[in-house]
Amino acid sequence: MPAEIAERRRWMSILARASAEAMESCIHASVPLPDYIRLRGPETGLVMTRGRTGGGGAPFNLGEMTVTRCSVRSAGGQIGHAYVAGREARRAELAARLDAGLQDPLLREALQRDVIEPLAQAQQAAREKVARRAAATRVEFFTMATMRTDDRSRA
Amino acid sequence: MSIALPGFADPVRDAQGCFRAVLEAMATPGSLHAAGTGLRAPEPLDPATAAVLLTLADADTPLWLAPDCLPARDWISFHCGASVSDDIARAAFAVARALPDLAHLHAGSDEAPEDSATLILQVRGFGAGKPLRLAGPGLAAPAALTIDGIPENFVAAWQDSHTLYPLGIDMILCAGTTLAALPRSVRITEG
Repeated sequence: MPAEIAERRRWMSILARASAEAMESCIHASVPLPDYIRLRGPETGLVMTRGRTGGGGAPFNLGEMTVTRCSVRSAGGQIGHAYVAGREARRAELAARLDAGLQDPLLREALQRDVIEPLAQAQQAAREKVARRAAATRVEFFTMATMRTDDRSRA
Repeated sequence: MSIALPGFADPVRDAQGCFRAVLEAMATPGSLHAAGTGLRAPEPLDPATAAVLLTLADADTPLWLAPDCLPARDWISFHCGASVSDDIARAAFAVARALPDLAHLHAGSDEAPEDSATLILQVRGFGAGKPLRLAGPGLAAPAALTIDGIPENFVAAWQDSHTLYPLGIDMILCAGTTLAALPRSVRITEG
């Protein structure tokens, strides 16, 4: 994957997980975002999420989830997209504006520093907190682990 | 990038308004209706053409675009979610600015004549040029329609296609922010 796409994928995933309040307070402390027009949305709909089951990893439909999406074009001509879980239109629009802003070479550095990195650190800290709590009650299922290995070798 | 223009400002209301316009146009062949007012259409489409696509095309309707309409392809894919295919025979909607060979379009089958293609033809305007005489269902008395920039072979091509009835091609004519429709049931003669 080209580095540019990997980088954009990283910031889009961080923005998709961030709350509107967290994004707004970060933007407030950073460079002003350019003017923009809405190309599509924000609009709310359903997407089918898929999971993988069993040792073989066959895909199945887990269920539908509510998603809000938004696409904007900023004054610099960059097009930003965002898909966020839930029904919060403001959150999707902020994430799309930030995606457009981050594609602008003049704003990227400041936005990475003031918005993406603080959000990434907060999300990482939250993940680690949950992981620590889960790890404290961890149980090893030896039998299931063996079954999985068998399953995979057959496939 | 060609998706740089928004679609309908109010997707539900605007699409319903345009759908009503298409419905009325089909019910009274040759009548003129406003569509796409206030919409900024991507080159080379007119607002009415773009509005009809936003209203009717979606992921279940394969689209065929004439080569000179291809610059609008990204915009259509983004806003309608429709797949643009190179195969005119599979298209549910065909978009063109010159008359394609109607025999290439899917005319439906005896079991399912409603599966036929609809041609969205963008013309220069209405009210100028040689008048066409329309007759058939929806018209109590023969009506007249003049199309600016009507293709040379239009009447002959229509009469050929009309012999397939109840199969055949329906047509939506768009120019600027005006549309008219020619359902397959209408008989067209010159004069």
